[in-house]
Amino acid sequence: MVLIFADQSEGQIKKQAYEAISYGAKIAEALGTTAEALVLGTVDHASEALAALGKYGASKVHHASDAGFDAFDAQVYTAAIADAVAASGADVVVFSHTTTGKAVAPRLSARLKAGLAAGAVGLPDTSNGFVVKKSVFSGKAFAQVGIQTAIKIISLNPNAFGVKLKEGSAEIAALDLKPIAGKVTVKEVNKVKGTVPLSEAELVISGGRGLKGPENWFLVEDLANEIGAATACSRAVADAHWRPHHEHVGQTGGAVAPNLYFAIAISGAIQHLAGVNRSKTIVVINKDPEAPFFKAADYGIVGDAFEVMPKIVEAVKKMKAEG
Amino acid sequence: MKILVCISKTPDTTAKIAFTDNNSKFAEAGVQFIVNPYDEWYALVRALELKESGAATAVTLINVGGADNDPIIRKALAIGGDDAIRVNATEGDSFYVASQIAAVAKEGGYDLVFTGKETIDYNNSSIGGMVAELLDLPYISLATKLEADGSNLTVTREIEGGEEVDTLSAPAVISCQKGMAEQRIPNMKGIMSARTKPLTVKDPVETEVLTSIVAFELPPAKAGVKLVSADEPEELVRLLHEEAKVI
Ligand SMILES: Cc1cc2nc3c(=O)[nH]c(=O)nc-3n(C[C@H](O)[C@H](O)[C@H](O)COP(=O)(O)OP(=O)(O)OC[C@H]3O[C@@H](n4cnc5c(N)ncnc54)[C@H](O)[C@@H]3O)c2cc1C
Ligand SMILES: Nc1ncnc2c1ncn2[C@@H]1O[C@H](COP(=O)(O)O)[C@@H](O)[C@H]1O
Repeated sequence: MVLIFADQSEGQIKKQAYEAISYGAKIAEALGTTAEALVLGTVDHASEALAALGKYGASKVHHASDAGFDAFDAQVYTAAIADAVAASGADVVVFSHTTTGKAVAPRLSARLKAGLAAGAVGLPDTSNGFVVKKSVFSGKAFAQVGIQTAIKIISLNPNAFGVKLKEGSAEIAALDLKPIAGKVTVKEVNKVKGTVPLSEAELVISGGRGLKGPENWFLVEDLANEIGAATACSRAVADAHWRPHHEHVGQTGGAVAPNLYFAIAISGAIQHLAGVNRSKTIVVINKDPEAPFFKAADYGIVGDAFEVMPKIVEAVKKMKAEG
Repeated sequence: MKILVCISKTPDTTAKIAFTDNNSKFAEAGVQFIVNPYDEWYALVRALELKESGAATAVTLINVGGADNDPIIRKALAIGGDDAIRVNATEGDSFYVASQIAAVAKEGGYDLVFTGKETIDYNNSSIGGMVAELLDLPYISLATKLEADGSNLTVTREIEGGEEVDTLSAPAVISCQKGMAEQRIPNMKGIMSARTKPLTVKDPVETEVLTSIVAFELPPAKAGVKLVSADEPEELVRLLHEEAKVI
């Protein structure tokens, strides 16, 4: 059985969990077994929200609803998930490689002595063992990782597989699990309000030092608002404090893998590319035709961002108006 | 408080990524190696700051690797740290490496184990969590800030779309990323003293491996950029809508 950890935050199932379930369901199909989800903590409108996981391919949802799971503690979660794995007899466990997955999957691996493929980008190949393709060298290459243990753990890179909608409703099974005593107290949760979180965004508009100052960020924001995108920036921009550090992408910043990465006045240094090269489509606006970013781009305009960007925003508005 | 800082060796961020031996090995020829930036800039520097402020009494570096890692360990020692331990092992997966670190951490009675967020070569982000589980300690991953008041810790960590502030007591394992500290450039005194700081080589403890890399591959080459004239932004929007289907 394939068990997918479906992470929730503040009572809502996280978006990446749907993708993880779609992925786990596909693995289950190949192995001729079922895909079941595991949810810890309080979920709003639980009966509908959990049954709806069937739409992504989960036949059953194991729900340990103890409110002690509402605040995250990797140690507490790991103990509970290990118990659920044992009780359900799962032999493949799927996580999303999110902040939660990165904290829990390695712990579970060490606890169960079950091999972990961290940051998977493809389905396991079971023709000869159990081999999972994962991203390495910050997206510049892939490694085929063989898992040798009876239980296999995979954490899937967000947006690497996509959400696959199906028909169906999942059976809900209450799981009587009590959290172990945790050692971490969550004091505050601060989410950036009103904007799409960068790590979850399907569309990202990003600005570089070529925009000359924070007062010119309307060139990034106008397009972002128009198409509902998140905003990002290069390290040079974050270092100059033009934009907050959480917007900085690249080798030493966040990594993103959106459907669209739209880079405005960013040179495309190799360390910047390391954080964005898993994007499906890359657009580059740069006045220098020799800018390295063009080599990594799918579409580009050689031109002055100050002139080009307002025109692009107008063109998008026109397209939307015409439907 | 004694801090153990996990240091790994990675290819320079600008290194050419290529593979040899039938795509089974990273091609090291001509590649310059560095201390993994997350380990150096964030984990190590924050540990040093805690010692400078009196919150920590000792900072020890640990690396699991062969003798060819010694120059990298010395590079890290040039930035700071009292001494270093290298567990002499050249093969092994994340679980193997984590088991070595856990054994040293336990034997040495360290109060805090710091790792980087991930290595920039294998991008696993796994070692910290594994060490924590092996030692049955709490784990805060992807930390952006850490304050210590005696053994009481206040740690800020990244979550999707924001951050979370946690409190806990040492002993604990923390993985560190940007925000924790500012990069330090080693000075001449640091480089000189690094040469004589103790570097103890230990034999590995016996451990199984759970995974192995079967092969590497490079992504298919990009088809090449489609350039649109600066006078025709509507054309770019059309391509994104009709061809790429992203907007
Ligand atoms: C170890 C290490 C790690 C690093 N990690 C990161 C990282 O995580 N993320 C990151 O981004 N960087 C990182 N860097 C820094 C990286 O090397 C670059 O210095 C940085 O990305 C440059 O930012 P930029 O492209 O915004 O600025 P610049 O390099 O200054 O580029 C500005 C670009 O804007 C163009 N431009 C100027 N005016 C206009 C205009 N009017 N219209 C259109 N285009 C214009 C220019 O042609 C140029 O290409 C790292 C460096 C090192 C050594
Ligand atoms: N061979 C190693 N020796 C010591 N520490 C390591 C080693 N490999 C990884 N680490 C530490 O574990 C962190 C996460 O690595 P990884 O899980 O491989 O992405 C790194 O940033 C280092 O702090």
